[in-house]
Amino acid sequence: MNGYNFAYLDEGTKRMIRRALLKAVAVPGHQVPFGSREMPLAYGWGTGGIQVTAAVIGQADVLKVIDQGSDDTTNAVNIRRFFARTTGGRTTERTAEATIIQTRHRIPERPLTEAQILVYQVPQPEPLYKLEARRRETLKLHAFAEYGLMNVKLYEDIAQWGRIDTTYDYPVLVNGRYVMSPSPIPSFDNPKMHRMPALQLFGAGREKRLYAIPPWTDVKSLDFDDHPFRIEPQGHACALCGCTASYLDEILMEDGRTQWTCSDTDHCREQQENRA
Amino acid sequence: MSHPVLRVQGLGHRFEGARDGAWAVREAGFELHPGEVLAIVGESGSGKSTLLNCIAGRLAPAEGQVLYRCRDDREIDVHRVGERERRELSRTEWGFVEQQAHEGLRMNVSAGANVGERLMGQGERRYAALRDTATRWLARVELDPARLDDSPREFSGGMRQRLQIARNLVTRPRLVLMDEPTSGLDVSVQARLLDLIRLLVGRLHLSAIVVTHDLGVARLLAHRTLVMRQGRIVEQGLTDRVFDDPQHPYTQLLVSSVVSA
Repeated sequence: MNGYNFAYLDEGTKRMIRRALLKAVAVPGHQVPFGSREMPLAYGWGTGGIQVTAAVIGQADVLKVIDQGSDDTTNAVNIRRFFARTTGGRTTERTAEATIIQTRHRIPERPLTEAQILVYQVPQPEPLYKLEARRRETLKLHAFAEYGLMNVKLYEDIAQWGRIDTTYDYPVLVNGRYVMSPSPIPSFDNPKMHRMPALQLFGAGREKRLYAIPPWTDVKSLDFDDHPFRIEPQGHACALCGCTASYLDEILMEDGRTQWTCSDTDHCREQQENRA
Repeated sequence: MSHPVLRVQGLGHRFEGARDGAWAVREAGFELHPGEVLAIVGESGSGKSTLLNCIAGRLAPAEGQVLYRCRDDREIDVHRVGERERRELSRTEWGFVEQQAHEGLRMNVSAGANVGERLMGQGERRYAALRDTATRWLARVELDPARLDDSPREFSGGMRQRLQIARNLVTRPRLVLMDEPTSGLDVSVQARLLDLIRLLVGRLHLSAIVVTHDLGVARLLAHRTLVMRQGRIVEQGLTDRVFDDPQHPYTQLLVSSVVSA
């Protein structure tokens, strides 16, 4: 593409983002401010994730982009095409082949490796936001590790619903120090973050924050001793591949019935090929 | 005699942009002993709340010291220690009861969560234990334990104030600061709340500072009373002595201007 730098952002901006990322990796789970740029995409569509990807992607990288586990939704297709055009690099829909995976709302089912980077698009980086809206105050709560408030939310769930009702964006404690929002992934995916071999980077464009989980870092979902964190089984098998261990989406069919299928389309394809 | 739990020395505060020589509080000094209740009375704008906020560590005073003797008998300078330690003090050893209950409560979570928050902040991770404690505390402040899961929005002003007191006392603080805890409530509710505060302060052997413009509140709750005017403490002494035999002309005026029914 004439007139555009490699991966769209200018080198100065990429350097600024990389510096923030280094800091984020050095302090796992801590939100680092960065100078978020205007992107050719509306806020809420992954501007944070795109900027992180643009800062770390190289000529040899293979990019996969998923939205709700799927490679072929509008958001995923557009971001993939954006990077294909601005880097001239390879893209893929296969988790195993990718070196960078940008994601919205899911972690792939296939275990990731040390050779991969997972980039999350984050709408609201502040896990305490709903309980304490003042940014100055939340900064202090993080700085002094005053996290009693976080349990107030979980307490409230159990008091009102008899169980912890948070099913996505379920708060985690990273490396025993910072409470972090995992972005709106289902709590089903939370255990995958724990000691993951891949580097996990998080970008929130509108809120201008980056954070990270280095490989092999402890990530614990918050809970109570007598109400431990657990994943609610969905009670279905994938209608396409028969998988019972993956996260399923409920799809409304034309005749009004519903069908449960794997949300991770690449995983579903692999399972179907293995069966065939 | 035991050591004072709190010593305030030469405390002064001026707000930024105030005209020259205008001090909100000037040369305030007093001591508070364990189990003692001190009232700070005075008209609006006399510096009562500023003094209280300086003591609570919410305002940094321009001069003077606030020395607090901790549970472990260390005496610390509240404005010299780091913010982390000051915040820890304020959620473990201290309580602060706001005039407007909604400022001291989390209005978007249930009564039980309000009472449990300080405990969770101190690392309590057993849900059942939190509920037990919260239930007991609701009963102690004469709220119906069946309302444990109700939102404080559904509570009346008096009930909210009781909830705020429970939320503060649940971690057994040693010093409770109250800013006009009963104003804005109607008279019969006020009387019951005052009874409750007096009972709890006595039973838990708390030290307390109550800021009030209502001399009746001071008379009922406080062992000692301190009268402020234009930022200065004009008189202090045993409550009965101050009100029955006021020395300073301003105190005399204050006492004589109370409308008795």
